[in-house]
Amino acid sequence: MVKKGPIFSFFALIIVLGVIIGFAVNPIIHKVNLGLDLKGGFEVLYQVEPLKSGQKIDQAAMSNAVAAINKRINVLGVSEPNISIENGHRIRVQLPGVKNEKQARQLLSTTAKLEFRDYKDRLMMDGTDLKPGKAKVAYDEMNKPMVTLQLKDPKKFANVTKKIAGYYPNNVLVIWMDYSKGDSFAKEAKKTDHKFISAPTVQQELNTSDVEISGSFTTKEATTLKDLLNSGSLPVRLVEKYSTSVGAQFGQDSMKETIYAGALAVAAIMLFMIFFYRLGGLIADITLVIYVAAVMAVFVGLQAVLTLPGIAAMILGVGMAVDANIITLERIKDELRSGKSVLSAFKAGNHRALPTVVDANMTTIIAAAVLFVLGVSAVKGFAVMLLISNIVTFITSVYGARLLLGLLVHSRALNDHPWLFGVRRSDIRGNE
Amino acid sequence: MEMNEKMNYKHYNKFYDRFDFMKHRNIFFAISIALIIIGILSLFVFRLNLGIDFSSGTRVDVQSKQAISVEKVDQAFRVMGYTPERPVLSGTHNNIATVRINQELNQHQIAEIKSKIKDQFGVEPNVSTVSPQVGRDLAKNGLLALALASIFIIIYVWIRFEFLQGLTAVLALIHDAFFIVTVFSLLHIEVDILFISAILTIVGYSINDTIVTFDRVRENIKLSRKRLSTIEEFGFIVNLSIRETLTRSLNTVLTVLIPVVLLLIFGSESIRTFTIALFVGLICGVYSSICIACPLWAVLKVRYLEKRKQKRTLQTTQG
Repeated sequence: MVKKGPIFSFFALIIVLGVIIGFAVNPIIHKVNLGLDLKGGFEVLYQVEPLKSGQKIDQAAMSNAVAAINKRINVLGVSEPNISIENGHRIRVQLPGVKNEKQARQLLSTTAKLEFRDYKDRLMMDGTDLKPGKAKVAYDEMNKPMVTLQLKDPKKFANVTKKIAGYYPNNVLVIWMDYSKGDSFAKEAKKTDHKFISAPTVQQELNTSDVEISGSFTTKEATTLKDLLNSGSLPVRLVEKYSTSVGAQFGQDSMKETIYAGALAVAAIMLFMIFFYRLGGLIADITLVIYVAAVMAVFVGLQAVLTLPGIAAMILGVGMAVDANIITLERIKDELRSGKSVLSAFKAGNHRALPTVVDANMTTIIAAAVLFVLGVSAVKGFAVMLLISNIVTFITSVYGARLLLGLLVHSRALNDHPWLFGVRRSDIRGNE
Repeated sequence: MEMNEKMNYKHYNKFYDRFDFMKHRNIFFAISIALIIIGILSLFVFRLNLGIDFSSGTRVDVQSKQAISVEKVDQAFRVMGYTPERPVLSGTHNNIATVRINQELNQHQIAEIKSKIKDQFGVEPNVSTVSPQVGRDLAKNGLLALALASIFIIIYVWIRFEFLQGLTAVLALIHDAFFIVTVFSLLHIEVDILFISAILTIVGYSINDTIVTFDRVRENIKLSRKRLSTIEEFGFIVNLSIRETLTRSLNTVLTVLIPVVLLLIFGSESIRTFTIALFVGLICGVYSSICIACPLWAVLKVRYLEKRKQKRTLQTTQG
């Protein structure tokens, strides 16, 4: 007698799962954070070096540097930046989807040390004399952009301007950005593309806290300068040691190609499973769909970033997930061939396959965990996906498949139909 | 009892049911040793084509809407004052050219290349640049990862099975990893950062087959209820276990090979070396699990048992 209860439960479960996945797919896909290799962007590994001789690069210096970089990235408005300290003295910055790469790179690595010097390059004032966060872009009467600053102490400015005015005819206050030793006003002034920002002439003592810098800016340059000044100077020097940048078009193409290959692979694996394991294969295919959805959900839940190697790991994971099904189904086939009933073959097969599946997956988990701990950037993205895939496999391919197939087996509808598992009657012992 | 049934019963009529894996073990060992020697020679003669990730320099991927000519790309870089190595074409319509410059570029140079190449070829290129120190660190890191993974796997298999099985399993997977390196050296394929991921994936995955077979060996030894000592007895168990698990081994490798081959054909250029390494490793992995790991284990096991026996007889005669 076929029991209808389990069959009903089976279909109810499938429908419920189908509805859940159907509703969840869209929100999940929209929440996936794409890595820079998929949507374009760039990644730089900076070596942190001291700005002044004698400066120590310790943990405090590193976290200050990271904080400064963070502020600048906020200015850029990148949605998923990733900044991490590596090896104690390196900082890796990943900016996926950044529009203007050139500007971003400049913005990141300039120390943004503003300095006011006289015509003989003697330091008069620097960025520490500014009120933090008060730089603004304004326009003069000619509608030319300029940057306005506020000083902490108008008296200091009065002193400085009094001195400068006294240097007539060399009464210029030279405003430098990132002045480095060897730069000189006398040399730079002769060039058309000079390194200092501007060199206004000072006629008299100015007792004010408001300063205007009007160079020959475009609005964009003025905005960048303002942003740099507001996010503060970098306490250290950043030297690019490694960088990779991916064009947006490149990223999109890679993603399209790889997902296409992945879809084909999933389809091929599904056909393969049905061909070899019939009903068992069909159940495996159902759990495979659940697996893909679950992996994506976990991935999004952990707010991990999807990279190209990550997609590859997921596709590879599909192959590995069915591995668990294959081990179990092969066992069930063995048991059926030895003459057991469908029910006891199902029970014995599941029971005996479990330790094998655990052992087989554990070694991959070990390798993935090592990759996760030691790997950087692209390698890490791959390891995260491999780990998630392997763990989810246990739930979907072992327990999910067991539950679904179990319902059908317990309904007794499969009794005397070993062909549903891909076993020929002539292969069964006692039937030769 | 059950063992005897298994022995008498010609259950599956697969092509490999009569194949004696143990009898041909010396041929397999010879093949593998030959491959390893070829690999070592190749590493000395051809070396590894290290990508910039592990050495230093700059790599630019130039993409265009239509087919690209090597000369045009080469010219574009020479105009900017670089002397690139000969560009390598790829992509379905030869619309991608990869250019390598043996020089570390600064951010201004990169910005210049990006904008000029985009103007000329229509698509923003990929540019990666690596300094020597970072490249060295990455290579060191990769080797460390490989060593650590191997040690942990030996420990795991040792706990779950026995030390000799852990050892042979890891020997087999080092064999696989080295074979991938050999193929990359012989064919002069560029090794990049993802190569290490691929090797470690193979290390984690190809051992699956070994473990599943060892698992069956353990079970069959238990079922035989005998104290095995000769190579024939172990050989019988090994042969039986390999045959019983072979369908599964081949099927699972097929299900992983399917996506790898499709990624190889249709997937992105950026992960090509990665998929090639996986492809080679997977195939070598099945071979080494079946033809190397199990027979080698049987040989070592018998040798170990004999030594122990000698020791014991020695002790009893002394005592």
